[in-house]
Amino acid sequence: METETHSEHDYCAHHDNHHELVVSNVEVSYGSVAALRDISMATSCGNRVALIGPNGAGKSTLLKAIAGLVPRRRGNIQWRGTAVKKWSREFAYLPQREEVDWDFPITVSGLVEMGRYPHLGLWKRYTAKDHEAVENALHTLGITDLRDRQICELSGGQQQRAFLARALAQEAHVLLLDEPFTGLDRNASESLACLLAELSGEGRLILASHHDLDSAPQLFNECLLLNLSQHDFGPTSRVLTSSAIEKAFQQSPPGLND
Amino acid sequence: MFTPFHDPFFQRALLAGLLIGFTNGFFSGFVVLRRTALSVSALSHTMLPGIALGILITGTLTQANAFIGALTAALFVGLGSVVVSRTSRIDQGTALAILYTTAFALGVAALKYLGNYGDLQHWLFGDIRLVSSNDLWLAFAIGSVILLGSCIFFRPLLLTLFESSIASAQGVPVRAMNYLLFLMLILALVTSLQAVGCVLSVGLLVAPGATMSLLTNRTTVLFWGGGILGAAGSVVALLCAYWIDIPAGPAIVIVLGTAFLLAFLLSPKYGLLNGTRRS
Repeated sequence: METETHSEHDYCAHHDNHHELVVSNVEVSYGSVAALRDISMATSCGNRVALIGPNGAGKSTLLKAIAGLVPRRRGNIQWRGTAVKKWSREFAYLPQREEVDWDFPITVSGLVEMGRYPHLGLWKRYTAKDHEAVENALHTLGITDLRDRQICELSGGQQQRAFLARALAQEAHVLLLDEPFTGLDRNASESLACLLAELSGEGRLILASHHDLDSAPQLFNECLLLNLSQHDFGPTSRVLTSSAIEKAFQQSPPGLND
Repeated sequence: MFTPFHDPFFQRALLAGLLIGFTNGFFSGFVVLRRTALSVSALSHTMLPGIALGILITGTLTQANAFIGALTAALFVGLGSVVVSRTSRIDQGTALAILYTTAFALGVAALKYLGNYGDLQHWLFGDIRLVSSNDLWLAFAIGSVILLGSCIFFRPLLLTLFESSIASAQGVPVRAMNYLLFLMLILALVTSLQAVGCVLSVGLLVAPGATMSLLTNRTTVLFWGGGILGAAGSVVALLCAYWIDIPAGPAIVIVLGTAFLLAFLLSPKYGLLNGTRRS
């Protein structure tokens, strides 16, 4: 039954009924320390949303909350009108690069094949359709030649692509990327930017934490400015004014200094 | 010519070596991927007081009460280390080290009250030549459970081990998978305890997987190869032990350790002497 909705994916941005991601009044705390509060935003597929704020502002925490990795103290997050938990297969989360164990013995194609596991469950055999999804993902990201490389043998940009290929193989509709541009050289950054534009053009929703204020307006069409609590959400050009940035970055979040 | 193969004790020991070596070797793939060799060592020592307690309560030693005792002790020490690290300034590694050595000491102290089962030597180093037919069946049963559990849940287990946050976002029940690994680890330790004792069991549960990880990049080869290496190494070790008259448990760990050393030096891709090391 869900394969039907999946086949619509790639075109849904051009339909009238966009899939909506709605975050309402979300609050997250680690122990007694509030990590995030009063976050409310609504966006739909086809958008590229930047999460912008100083270190410790809760950007990663919000991504994790949407991915269901940290419990919310309050508020809810809905995708297509129901709780995100139900849609885990349509979400792909990419942690910051230093959080990944790059020495794990796995090849690029092995990594991309992992994206098919949620579809295969425990028992189902790997079929021609799965194979095709993997091949397409490798091809789209231009890493077919690297398929037999170990992930530790890749450059930063290639590692990023390998993980995005995994998300494509999963047929993920929403990509949650934690600092995807960090540590990439200029060429790799530019090609990742093209790629994200392409993916959102196909109707995927991209949310990424981002620290470079200068590049944000070109890379993302929507922006959530936050520092522990929400400062503003809307089109990047409107939200990212110098006064708003100054205000958000000025106040240091209480109790969250690194 | 007299060969050890006619000796029923030796026959059982060989079979036990095959079963236990394969099970532990296979499971060592998980230990290597999870990079938790140290906590395996902690767990294997923790089992001693648990099993001692099991014997004290029931008055006898079976693999069932050994397992329950070992599991209880492992849970106490494992959860205890988490509680201590979360509620004090002591980190989990330190807490684990204190708790497991204390548990081990309690176990050693309790041996005096275990009557027939009180032979410290046996607990520390095992004796595969004393396994009974019943023990063999249990080793077979436990091995089957571990292999089945691993194969059925191989995909979610691998996802969890590689990057648990991505796995969790994909909908994998990461916590359940970690518990499953923990249970299977204890089962594997209970079988290896009899063969090589609680000090050396770590070698059987780490060396085969570590050796294979130097030789292959494929996860299937890592696991099945680890199993084959564990089984073959145990059999070779038992024969060596017989011919040059050394204890079987240490022989098994020496053979597996030698295999690791050879792979470390000579592996075509990652060997120290083969030049093409990755940077």
